[in-house]
Amino acid sequence: MEHQKTSKQLLGELLDKHYADALHAKAEGKPVAWSTSIAPQELLETMGIHAVYPENHAAAIGARKHAQEFINHSEGKGYSVDICSYARVNLAYMDIQQCEAANIPLPDLIFCCNNICNTVIKWYENIAKELNVPMILFDPPFNHEYEISDQNVKYIKAQILHAITRLEEITGQKFDYDRFREVMKISSETSRWWKKASLLACAKPSPLNGFELFNYMAIIVCMRGTKEGLELFKLWHDELQEKKEKGVGPWKDGEEKYRVMWDGIACWPYLGDTYKVLKKYGINMVTSTYPDSWYIVYDENDLDGMARAYSSNYVNRNLAFGTDNIIGIVKDFQLDGIIYHSNRSCKLMDFRQFEVQRKVEASTGVSSVIFDGDQTDPRAFSLAQFETRIQALVEMMEAKKRMGGAFYE
Amino acid sequence: MSKAMSLISELAYAGQRPKDSILKAMNETGKKSVGCFPIYTPEELIYAAEMLPVGMWGGQTVGTLADRYLQGFCCSIMKANTEQALLGQYDFLSAVIVTAYCDTLKCMIENWKIASPQLNLIPMVYPQNRKIPAGKEYLRDEFLRVKKELERISGKKITDQEIQKSVDLYDEYRRTMQEFSDLVKDYPDMLKAKTRHLILKASYFMDKRIYTEKVRELILELSKLPRENAFGRKKIILSGLIAEPDGILDIMTENGMVVVADDLAHGARQFRTIAPDTGDGLNRMVERVAMQDGCAFLYDEKKTRAAMLIQMKEKYQADAVIVCQMKFCDPEEFDYPIIKKELEGAGIPSLYIEIEQQMDSLEQLRTRIQSFSEMLA
Ligand code: SF4
Ligand code: SF4
Repeated sequence: MEHQKTSKQLLGELLDKHYADALHAKAEGKPVAWSTSIAPQELLETMGIHAVYPENHAAAIGARKHAQEFINHSEGKGYSVDICSYARVNLAYMDIQQCEAANIPLPDLIFCCNNICNTVIKWYENIAKELNVPMILFDPPFNHEYEISDQNVKYIKAQILHAITRLEEITGQKFDYDRFREVMKISSETSRWWKKASLLACAKPSPLNGFELFNYMAIIVCMRGTKEGLELFKLWHDELQEKKEKGVGPWKDGEEKYRVMWDGIACWPYLGDTYKVLKKYGINMVTSTYPDSWYIVYDENDLDGMARAYSSNYVNRNLAFGTDNIIGIVKDFQLDGIIYHSNRSCKLMDFRQFEVQRKVEASTGVSSVIFDGDQTDPRAFSLAQFETRIQALVEMMEAKKRMGGAFYE
Repeated sequence: MSKAMSLISELAYAGQRPKDSILKAMNETGKKSVGCFPIYTPEELIYAAEMLPVGMWGGQTVGTLADRYLQGFCCSIMKANTEQALLGQYDFLSAVIVTAYCDTLKCMIENWKIASPQLNLIPMVYPQNRKIPAGKEYLRDEFLRVKKELERISGKKITDQEIQKSVDLYDEYRRTMQEFSDLVKDYPDMLKAKTRHLILKASYFMDKRIYTEKVRELILELSKLPRENAFGRKKIILSGLIAEPDGILDIMTENGMVVVADDLAHGARQFRTIAPDTGDGLNRMVERVAMQDGCAFLYDEKKTRAAMLIQMKEKYQADAVIVCQMKFCDPEEFDYPIIKKELEGAGIPSLYIEIEQQMDSLEQLRTRIQSFSEMLA
């Protein structure tokens, strides 16, 4: 009898397949798109255009400790050391086109959605220019109001329709609205299961070791619109559910003493190192801002809902929303602490962090620290500094425990 | 002193003293003033509301108050703006319009709501898909929203006719500035790099009508004077966000350079595109934004900025391009490698200088500008 695969095995296989399929598609002369991580991939999936995700690819290069050579190449071309390191890695990959970590084919189309930052507009403009390929831009305006205004929804929806027309022009194929409906349904479903699974970490102890979120994230980005992606998150959910029912914690060889949230992106070149430091002190990172970032849910065939969903991710929201979001997380996950990553790459996430930290602390009493790092530039992180910060956090969390915990309890 | 020289010093003086100039303008006109963050704001609407639009492009202030909100790797312009806001130096403004062209600006909107609530913040987003109908519609809606805010603040309804008139005035201002900027090559001594910069800068702190009239007058006076001898000068095009600290401009002059044209966000990008004559005032404003290209802050699928610089080099018979890179300004930083590559391809010499608005020593830049100048000789 065939052994049922674990979600972890499946995750590895799906990722391999994701990259292999893209290379295969390219070899067969089919169009490949490079897409940002929270873009309406539904359109590409419907058109049968294979998408690869430079952010994920750059993260993979970083995690396999290959980022520096790419970064050097970009800086040699005149890219400033101060710009997002994903961009520096990817713009070099565009030239070098070879990395042991994973390979992706060059794009025939650029698919860019600036709901994550305006940096991607500039980065993707450069790819389109250098490779002379068409670019489709989705521009969900930054939401300086708490809710997403109807004016914004109207504009985004019109851009989705415009993109469909452009995709038809570029590929010379008709857009299949039945297939679109199907993909919309799967995509929302996948998002629901992703969030449902990650919410199981609310249990005490958490059945999830949150660093796994960083791994599973690859699939919620790359395969959200596919049945395989959906199945993976259901399976992952069931595994976690079972652990939760048995009261199993995150580690076989250690006990969850503190529960924290990680704000921002991982430090990919130091993923293992940062994980070990936390584990050493019994700190489980139970969640981050990721579960909500890919909670892109709307009703089937509801373009307004889809437009709204693609503008709802927290980096595109105002500070009051971002604060409330984290306050909610502190309560739902019963956090002892928050680790804020002041990420040299990501100004949009960084330049609100200080105020968010103050507001969250004032409202919940949760302990927190900020450390300096970078998602893929290995030079912008110091493990010693990181550990010092974590020690400080442990002291704060301990003191608070002695005093009877955070305000929310 | 000739009439031209006295106009030049009057305008340059106004550019050098932002706050004094604004207060003076408010006094003379009896108008309130509204702060305008970089890069573009709907100044025409502010003017139509009978208020003064004034530029907020950083300054020399350094301090530690802004550290409460911003990490060290934030651009110096926004650090200075925040510092000044926290010091209460903007409290005379009736409102401030903050636009979201870059990730830093998005955060500014949010921090300022908390840091300086007294400033009546009006956040605004310019669409990046500004050429398609949906983008144009969105921008019109944004203009209408801002208009309403301005009406609330000024207590005065803005009529369509007033907007039309204001757009006409801005057209006139923009044409005048183009003419003025083109004159510099003929009067390199009277309009040294820094003087040119200060005259352009004064536009941010004066009533636009009065400012435009003065510059018109200056153009007329200059036309009466013989051209100055420009022989042996190196003709430079500046590109980037802003050429500050303006000490770098003096260094250029000392090294025989004259700024014949610019592609600075703070400079010619404000006036190089004129509104087309179609539809109502708002429509003309929308179409103007749709037409403007070659700017790091407006999505440009074809990325035409380098090609535009190459054309400018032809038009002005320039010798070189100097890219003034504001440190930590990522939209500009992303454009540079493409510009570099294309300028190299066209055989146009270029120099890249990284600046911070409040840098205390220019010695390193002096050496680099000097050797660049020698290379051009
Ligand atoms: S890390 Fe930040 S700046 Fe870079 S692509 Fe992601 S959101 Fe944009
Ligand atoms: S990064 Fe550039 S565009 Fe953005 S606020 Fe700073 S100087 Fe202005």
